[in-house]
Amino acid sequence: MLRSDAPGRLRPRGGAPIRHDRRIMTVGELTSYVKGLLDGDPFLADVWVKGEISNFRHHTSGHMYFTLKDATASVRAVMFRKANQRLAFRPENGLEVIAGGRVSVYERDGQYQLYVREMEPAGMGSLYLAFEQLKRKLADEGLFDEALKRELPSLPRRVGIVTSPTGAALRDIVTVARRRYPNIHLVLSPALVQGDGAPADIIRALELLSARDDIDVVILARGGGSIEELWAFNDEALARAIRACRHPVVCGVGHETDVTIADLAADRRAATPSNAAEMAVPRKADLSWKVGVLTGRLERALRALVAERMKAVERLSLSSALARPSRILDSRRQRVDDLSRNALLSFTRQVEACRMRRDALAGRLEALSPLAVLARGYAVCRRAADGKVVGSVALVRPGDAVEVEVRDGVIDCTVGGARRKADLMEGEG
Amino acid sequence: MTEAKGAGVPVGAPAEDLSFEEALARLEAVVARLEKGDEPLETALELFEEGIRLSRLLTAKLEEAQARIDEVVADGAGGTVLRPFEPGDAGEDDA
Repeated sequence: MLRSDAPGRLRPRGGAPIRHDRRIMTVGELTSYVKGLLDGDPFLADVWVKGEISNFRHHTSGHMYFTLKDATASVRAVMFRKANQRLAFRPENGLEVIAGGRVSVYERDGQYQLYVREMEPAGMGSLYLAFEQLKRKLADEGLFDEALKRELPSLPRRVGIVTSPTGAALRDIVTVARRRYPNIHLVLSPALVQGDGAPADIIRALELLSARDDIDVVILARGGGSIEELWAFNDEALARAIRACRHPVVCGVGHETDVTIADLAADRRAATPSNAAEMAVPRKADLSWKVGVLTGRLERALRALVAERMKAVERLSLSSALARPSRILDSRRQRVDDLSRNALLSFTRQVEACRMRRDALAGRLEALSPLAVLARGYAVCRRAADGKVVGSVALVRPGDAVEVEVRDGVIDCTVGGARRKADLMEGEG
Repeated sequence: MTEAKGAGVPVGAPAEDLSFEEALARLEAVVARLEKGDEPLETALELFEEGIRLSRLLTAKLEEAQARIDEVVADGAGGTVLRPFEPGDAGEDDA
C-alpha cells in the first residue's frame, strides 16, 4: 500500500502541495506503516527475549504491563490476561525472565512492544520459582509460624485420612496404623491427589473431616511422584484450608526429600505417608504401659503413706511401753488404741465408702487390703446419729450413741465419758 | 499435659467426660501428690480413689475404638455421615 506508492507524489489532505516530491502522512498513517513493517516480519512474529522485569503492573483488567531491560536497552512488554493466566509463577520486578511472543506497535503511544505469549524465569524452573514465591508469601503472612502448630492428641478417637482411595499411600497408612493400634478407627475422606482439580478436591475432602467432632487428627497424604504430580500440594487455598481445619493435620506427601506448601502449613510434617501414620497413631502398647506404670505408682504411694502412718503409731507405742513400766501397760494399750484410731479413723471410713463404690472402682483397693487394718484389731468409731467419724473427743458427749466397726461387724455403744489426751497424761503422770 | 494442668483440678471432680490426655494428666498429678506422702490419710484415700477411677477410665478409652475403616461422605444436607469403606476394585494407581 503506502510502500508501493513511495516515493511517488501524494496530495496532503486539506492543503496545497508544499513540495512536489514531498509526501505528507498523518501520524496514524506513519504508525500504521511501521506497524505493518513489524507485523509483516516473520522473524518478529516469534521471538524469545531475555531480560529483567521492571515497572511491573498487573492491571485490574487482568493484563500485565512491564518493561524488559538489560544493561543497554529496554523494551515495553504486555502479557494479556488470557496468556498470563497460564503462568505458574508471579512475575515481579527484578526477576530475570525469558519471554516469548511477537513484536508489534502500540499505535496510540507509537511504541513498539513485545506481546508476550509465554514466559518463564531464567535460570530456574517456573514451578520451582512459583513454589518459592508462594512459600515466601505465606511465610511472610505467618501461616507457617511455629506458634500455630497444634499438638497431636496422644489418643485420637478417630483418625481422618485425606488421600486417594486407590493409592498405595492409603494402604501404607492402614498397615502402619493397625500395627500400632489394632483397634484404631480410621475415617477416609477420598480425594483426587493429582491433576487440575486436585487442590479443590483435597480441600473439599479436608472440610468434610473438619466438620466432624469425632475426628481428632487428620492425615493428608500422597505417595511419591514427580514435582508436577505433587503440584496439587503447593496450593495457596489448600495451605489455608489446612490451617482452617479444626483438627491438627499431619502431612505426608511424596518421599523424604519432597517438601510441599501443604507440608509447611500442616501441624506436623511427615516424610512419607507411613511416617504420617506413625505420628498420628500412637502405639497402644506404649499407652497401656504408661497407664499401668502410673497405676502401680498410685498403689505403691498409698501403701507407703499408710505404712508410714502405721509406723508412727507403732513407734509411739514402743516408746511409751519403754518409758512406762508394766503397771500402766493396760492403760497404755488403751491409749495406743485411741491414738491409732485417731490416725486411722478417716482412712477406715473411706475404706467403707470405697467398698460401697467397689463396682465403680478397679477392685485394686481390695488388693491393697486396707481391711487388714480392721483385722489387726483397729476399729472405726462413728456417731450413730450422722455417721460422722469420731476423730476427736469433742465430737461426742456422754450418752451419745456410737457405732464401733471392727473386722467382723459393728458394736453399738454409748459414750460414758471422754477425756482429752492432756488430761490423760496428767492423770497418769 | 502434666502436673501443672492436672494439679489445679479439684480432687473428686467427675472424671467421666475427660479426654484421654486430660485423664492422663490428672492421673499423673494425683500420683505426684500422693507420692509426696504428706497428705492427710483422708485426702490420700480420696486421691487414691480418684486415681483408680482415672486408671479405669484410661484403660476403657484404650479399648473404646472399633477396628474399622469408614468413609466420610456429605449427607446432602450440609452434614456428613460415615459409611463402611469398600476399597474399590478400580485398581492401584501410583498415588
